[in-house]
Amino acid sequence: MTGRRTLLLRFVAVELPLLAILAFAIGPYVWMVLTSLRPDSDLAAFPLSYAPSAVTLEHYRALLAHTSFAGNLLNSLIVACGAVIVGLCASVPAAYGFSRFRFRGRRLLMTQFLVINMFPVVLLIIPLFVVMRSLGLLDTFIGVVAGHSTFSIPFAVWMLTSYLNAIPRDLDEAAALDGATRLQTIRLVLLPLVAPGLLTTAIYIFVTSWNEYLFAMMLSGDHVRTVTVALQLFVGEFTVQWGLLTAGGTLVALPVTLLFLIVQRRLVSGLTSGAVKA
Amino acid sequence: MTDPARPLGRGLIPFAFLAPALAIESAIVLYPVLRTTWMSFHDVSLFRPGSAPFVGFGNFARAFADPVFWLSLEHSLIWIGVVVALQFLLGFATALLLNQSFWWRGLARALVMIPWALPSVIIGLMWTWMYDYNFGVVNDLLMRLGVLREPVAWLARADTTLPAVMLALVWQGFPFFAVTILAGLQTVPKEHLEAAVIDGASALQRLRHIIIPAIADVLATVLLLRTIWVANSLDVVLVMTGGGPGYATYTLPFYAFLKAYSAMEFGYGAALSLLLTALLLLVVIAYVRRTAQTLAS
Repeated sequence: MTGRRTLLLRFVAVELPLLAILAFAIGPYVWMVLTSLRPDSDLAAFPLSYAPSAVTLEHYRALLAHTSFAGNLLNSLIVACGAVIVGLCASVPAAYGFSRFRFRGRRLLMTQFLVINMFPVVLLIIPLFVVMRSLGLLDTFIGVVAGHSTFSIPFAVWMLTSYLNAIPRDLDEAAALDGATRLQTIRLVLLPLVAPGLLTTAIYIFVTSWNEYLFAMMLSGDHVRTVTVALQLFVGEFTVQWGLLTAGGTLVALPVTLLFLIVQRRLVSGLTSGAVKA
Repeated sequence: MTDPARPLGRGLIPFAFLAPALAIESAIVLYPVLRTTWMSFHDVSLFRPGSAPFVGFGNFARAFADPVFWLSLEHSLIWIGVVVALQFLLGFATALLLNQSFWWRGLARALVMIPWALPSVIIGLMWTWMYDYNFGVVNDLLMRLGVLREPVAWLARADTTLPAVMLALVWQGFPFFAVTILAGLQTVPKEHLEAAVIDGASALQRLRHIIIPAIADVLATVLLLRTIWVANSLDVVLVMTGGGPGYATYTLPFYAFLKAYSAMEFGYGAALSLLLTALLLLVVIAYVRRTAQTLAS
């Protein structure tokens, strides 16, 4: 009998409020996806109807066939993959250096990587624009990837350092005793062990780069325009065509949502390791 | 230290590992920051290439005499205070609920994070659509509930636009609070809570006397971090309102960006972004001291 009472109490005190919070959290998303799947006649109906009268992929077809959106999706994919490659190539060695060595200035350099992420974007974006223009790198993939590396490398360095710190140094020493060189130890012992962390970091960089708007807007033009920039231009262009806009929004949001749901647990533990002592 | 007898030159090895990251960051972060600092003391405008006269503190003096600067600063302070506070409260409540045990907890935890994973452009798009005057779900729901008699043009009125954009940002940011605080809650020793229950402490007393003291460090760190992020965020404003109507949603980072990007007044924009940085400096220092201590050890 107490069982049923505590169950009811838990439902009212915990599950019900949480359901309300969840409705708030994913309601806007659900509404966007629903809007993108309804015929135009639904969207101009008054008063608002919540259940769609029909489900259609018409908006997606129109978006991909009549706008540059498919190309923008590809651009975003290239930029995000580029940011992942540059980010990992630069931060894996750096994280190894921070995790496995104690040297003068280590703390200062680590702190420096942390501080970089605290800078207002506006502080970087103007000179970066000027530099890219003088180097002729405006509207190139290199330019946009460089912009995204301003925040992805510091983040990756911190995340990977904390993942590497979790691997006991005894393993390095055992490998050294077995005659492995430093690079062999990294390649054959550490990298396989830190692989889940690498994947999480890679996905994190991918998602932040895919999502990024300001750098992409400043540094890209017609040639390498990413989806976020393109979608924002569409908002100005097709103000009242909400079916088209929400279809674009769904296409941008869906991949990152899926990637994110795959890694969310480990991602959270990596991101919060700065705030919460493991 | 594992190898006490180090031959000469070994001290350079760590720097070899750090070199690529440091080189890239110097080029794309350090140089731009120095350049911005230089610009802030010069009158740099894209319309006059090759001529950037030194103006000393002229750009800063101009900011202090600029009513739009003060207005943006005021909006920024409201923005930071309200958004961070609401994100914190909602996030804390969510974390406390997620820390209970029920069968769909894992699912709830994953779903609640979704807003945080979305791009600002999509956030702007979703919320603009929901705030739509004619077909927006916000007006419709509020009218059905009897809160409103007639629709409100949420993003076109000077008095509703800033709160409307702030709500979108609260929505985006509370999940990060929730999961960070949840991670903290899971480190609170169960025995302490059980002992308190036996001693007859109410839920509120346990929260005040055991849970909050135990996670005070986590709360402080995440509050500092979010304050910095919220203070710097300008893309949601940019995509939702473009600062309007009038100056209603001008915040400091937005104004700095606008001056540099639309008006091409790089010197003034640089000075404005340095002022923002200076305002945040104490928060940044407090955050960095806490975090660097945890991870660098």
